[in-house]
Amino acid sequence: MTLNQTGNETVPAYVAPNFREKCASGLRYSLLPTVVFIGLLIFWETVVHVMEVPGYIFPAPSAVGKAFYHGIASGVYFIDLGVTAFEAVFGFILGSFLGIALGTIIVIFPLMERIVYPYVVALQTVPKVAIAPLLVVWFGFGISSKVIIVGLVCLFPVLVNVIAGLRAVDDERLDLLAALSATRWQIFRHLRFPNAMPFVFAGLNTAIVLSVIGAIVGEFVGATKGVGFRILQANYSLDIAAAFALFVLLSLMGLTMHSTLKFIERRTVFWTKSQDIRDS
Amino acid sequence: MTRLSVIPEQDQPTSNSPALVIDGVDMVFSRAGHAVHALNGIDLNVKEGEFISVVGPSGCGKSTLMKLVAGLRAPTNGRISILGEPVSGPRADVGIVFQNPVLLPWRTVFENVMLPTDILKLDRTKTEATARDLLALVGLGGFEDAYPNELSGGMQQRAAIARALAYDAPILMMDEPFGALDAMTREQMNVEVQRIWQASGKTIIFITHSIPEAVFLADRVVVMSARPGRILKTFDIDMPRPRTLDDMVSNNFGDYVKEIRALLGSGTEGGQNDAQSNW
Repeated sequence: MTLNQTGNETVPAYVAPNFREKCASGLRYSLLPTVVFIGLLIFWETVVHVMEVPGYIFPAPSAVGKAFYHGIASGVYFIDLGVTAFEAVFGFILGSFLGIALGTIIVIFPLMERIVYPYVVALQTVPKVAIAPLLVVWFGFGISSKVIIVGLVCLFPVLVNVIAGLRAVDDERLDLLAALSATRWQIFRHLRFPNAMPFVFAGLNTAIVLSVIGAIVGEFVGATKGVGFRILQANYSLDIAAAFALFVLLSLMGLTMHSTLKFIERRTVFWTKSQDIRDS
Repeated sequence: MTRLSVIPEQDQPTSNSPALVIDGVDMVFSRAGHAVHALNGIDLNVKEGEFISVVGPSGCGKSTLMKLVAGLRAPTNGRISILGEPVSGPRADVGIVFQNPVLLPWRTVFENVMLPTDILKLDRTKTEATARDLLALVGLGGFEDAYPNELSGGMQQRAAIARALAYDAPILMMDEPFGALDAMTREQMNVEVQRIWQASGKTIIFITHSIPEAVFLADRVVVMSARPGRILKTFDIDMPRPRTLDDMVSNNFGDYVKEIRALLGSGTEGGQNDAQSNW
């Protein structure tokens, strides 16, 4: 204990509450939710067994777990997961790219707003579920029809936010660049575009959640592969435990996509994050 | 004071050559259907290397005047010329410090100072050293890689000053740059501005609504009336340089402040009457 020999007692005195604090926050942030989660599972399991709920109505968590393990171990899930993830991610990229491109064109050429925007809104007001069967007829039962459905679902939230972001430019910042005789392109590149990034990510966050829904809707309408197709199969054969396992799989996929995007967002638009910290 | 040598020496100002000429400038806005007379018959000659303060009550059109000189707006009547050329749009020889720092939050402090270089397509390799030296000059050495929202308000405004100096515009317009700062920081910044001005030989037009600040900094104080803004009087401030904060309690200083305050007191009333007749 060299610390005691030097007579510096403030250091261990400082470390102890810090450690205790860490334990306390650890309890709050990870232990308690885990305990609640396990408690819910036990409650669910008990209710299903005590009330003798049949497995084709509401399966016990143990049955769901078994179905999940079976799906993973047999490798069936991986193909379906791969197909659905591909549809969701590529549709998301397609729709987002179109949304960003279209939004940019609309902001740069105001006339385009009057020409293009009404159609976009009209398309948006039609539920994608209503168009989905037509798209399957046009583009087949394969992956491409789902990618297009997801793309259509993702287009609108990104488009709206890109337009809002490119326009929400502070007048003082515009004056700053104007005073330097900046060209329209320079104002776009150095001000409008970075200024729009937080808005774009708000749109992308909405779109990535919708992309999973779009992919499943597409698969429900007509598919031969994918998690949505597998859920329909499980429902038809009253294998509700398998359906629940597939729900879990979907949630995990959605969570992964969402947190990946969040990670990219924190790296890209870091300045809004530090703004939040300062404000709070 | 070797670090002051970073600002390229200007040619020795020839006392007659005007840096800025404002000739009979009127400015009328239309706001909510009403014609608002912001500026009325402004005449002003600013010599090269001169430090001019413009002081007046809120809404006297000081900021409008700045935007006209910067070429961001066009006057309703009258002419403005800078270094002998009429102003027809924004120009690279006028640096501007706005009321707010207006830093871009996605650029580091250093990159914010480099913004004019990027926009004016200057040679980055040449201006990088200048930008670093300027940041040191305004007391932000070591904060090059910080982002604006990691800085205090005073530090952000210093960065904005460094940015305005970074592209070596001979004329610097400062529009109430220290309005948001606390009194102590503000005094320090005033001393800094005087130092930068003396080191660089720039022509500075400093807009403020603080009379002591205007007197402390300027060779000449231009006093404006309330809307419609016109020049009431111009005061030559005959005090030796460099001025120190202690000078602010000298009799001489107090007399200038008192005189300007008295003038603004009556000027404000007159302005209000004018404004009423305009409604």
